[in-house]
Amino acid sequence: MQIQAEENVESHPNTDHGVIISTRDVNVYYGDNHALQGVSLNINKHQVTSLIGPSGCGKSTYLRCINRMNDTVDGCRVTGEILLDGVDIYGPDVDEVLLRARVGMVFQKPNPFPKSIYDNVAYGPRIHGLAQNKDDLDEIVLTSLEKAGLIKEVQDRLHSSGTGLSGGQQQRLCIARALAVRPDIILMDEPCSALDPIATAKVEELIDELKENYTIIIVTHSMQQAARISQQTAFFHLGEIVETGNTEKLFTSPSDERTQGYITGRFG
Amino acid sequence: MSSGHIVKSFDEELEDVRNTIVEMGGLAESQLEAAVRSLTERNTELALKTIEADKAVDSLEQEVDNKAIRVLALRNPVADDLRLVISALKIASVLERVADYAANISKRVIALNTSPSLAPISSIPRMGDMVRRMIDDTLKAYAIGDPDLAYDVWRRDQEVDQLYNSMFRELLTFMMEDPRSITSCTHLIFMAKNIERIGDHMTNIAEIIIYQVTGEMPTEPRPKGDKTSVTMIENENP
Repeated sequence: MQIQAEENVESHPNTDHGVIISTRDVNVYYGDNHALQGVSLNINKHQVTSLIGPSGCGKSTYLRCINRMNDTVDGCRVTGEILLDGVDIYGPDVDEVLLRARVGMVFQKPNPFPKSIYDNVAYGPRIHGLAQNKDDLDEIVLTSLEKAGLIKEVQDRLHSSGTGLSGGQQQRLCIARALAVRPDIILMDEPCSALDPIATAKVEELIDELKENYTIIIVTHSMQQAARISQQTAFFHLGEIVETGNTEKLFTSPSDERTQGYITGRFG
Repeated sequence: MSSGHIVKSFDEELEDVRNTIVEMGGLAESQLEAAVRSLTERNTELALKTIEADKAVDSLEQEVDNKAIRVLALRNPVADDLRLVISALKIASVLERVADYAANISKRVIALNTSPSLAPISSIPRMGDMVRRMIDDTLKAYAIGDPDLAYDVWRRDQEVDQLYNSMFRELLTFMMEDPRSITSCTHLIFMAKNIERIGDHMTNIAEIIIYQVTGEMPTEPRPKGDKTSVTMIENENP
């Protein structure tokens, strides 16, 4: 399979909300533990999809299937089909390094490399050979920082350490780092849980802007955050998807009792 | 409704909002009943009391508003909780209007009682009773969250409209026959209109209840039977 990084972003108009990822009957086992049970879910292009559910429900496991992060876990087995633009990402010809460039990830705790702000963002493009020369690389770094809404705060200190930034800035640096390799999809695993409300608002605003050009899947424990930023929401419970659909519908009149119980705080 | 919230005080706050609505509805219902009785009994004192009682409903509406705003601000309700709070805000404002109509009827009773009775009032208690039962069933549907009963109330409004139509015609005829009755008949028409409007408001509340319980608005077109706004007396312009 050819996993092309950038063409896909440009070749589709931003208003196209067709399905970019199609998941069919996905099961994940960690040894004997059947963590994800027959999950089928479609992710729409250029929209934000929230995955919600109690701890251990399988939402992070699902997220990690999409860029094959689970491959690195010992004893983890994935069955079923995950199609990215119609191509099975677990197919034999798939290069997972290229896959992970196309499907970027941002984690719960900001994890900048112990390098300069510039080098943090330049790291991916250097590895993937995305820049022909220094000017190219500068361009990628500055554009990524700008897209991540961080440029104004760091333009005078691009060569100071990324770890010296505040938590919120570090998280946006991690987003810039993900953007630098020109992904189509960005996976976010509770990206705001370590941030204060202002930093959270900035990341949420950023997510809202980024959805113009990227498809975003976010795992969050904050119901309000899911309601604020996503267009689609999927509710996971005990390794299954209970309900999925339009966020507004799910938060005003969910169809399933369990969804209602969880989002209203009645779940034991 | 599923089991209680993990945070029990949230349940208590929602219950409190719900109880305040039921209390408001009970007051509004008894005010309509008293207003109509003050007419049949020609009881000015009761009419005065009914006007005075409107203040209690006003202050309960304020109470519902405050409680609902508090829940919205502090609990960020979603799904059925959100629908309950939004519905309470809307129902409270409708019930406040209902009590205003009862007070208005009472004011007209006081005016009517200053002169001897010249007009037929019999349809008013009949309408009043019909609408009072609609209020009663609406409150029942609200308290137990029964969309079928709400639908039933919703459909019954047409009967009230029909009664109002025939009463309107009857009073017009009466005025033509005896112009001395024009003042009292006009008051009666307004009273009947007030009661008819209360019926309309019950259909509003019924719709809100259906939405609150099911998450969807009624799909049938709303029954409409009040034709008086297009009614002319025959041979009015020969």
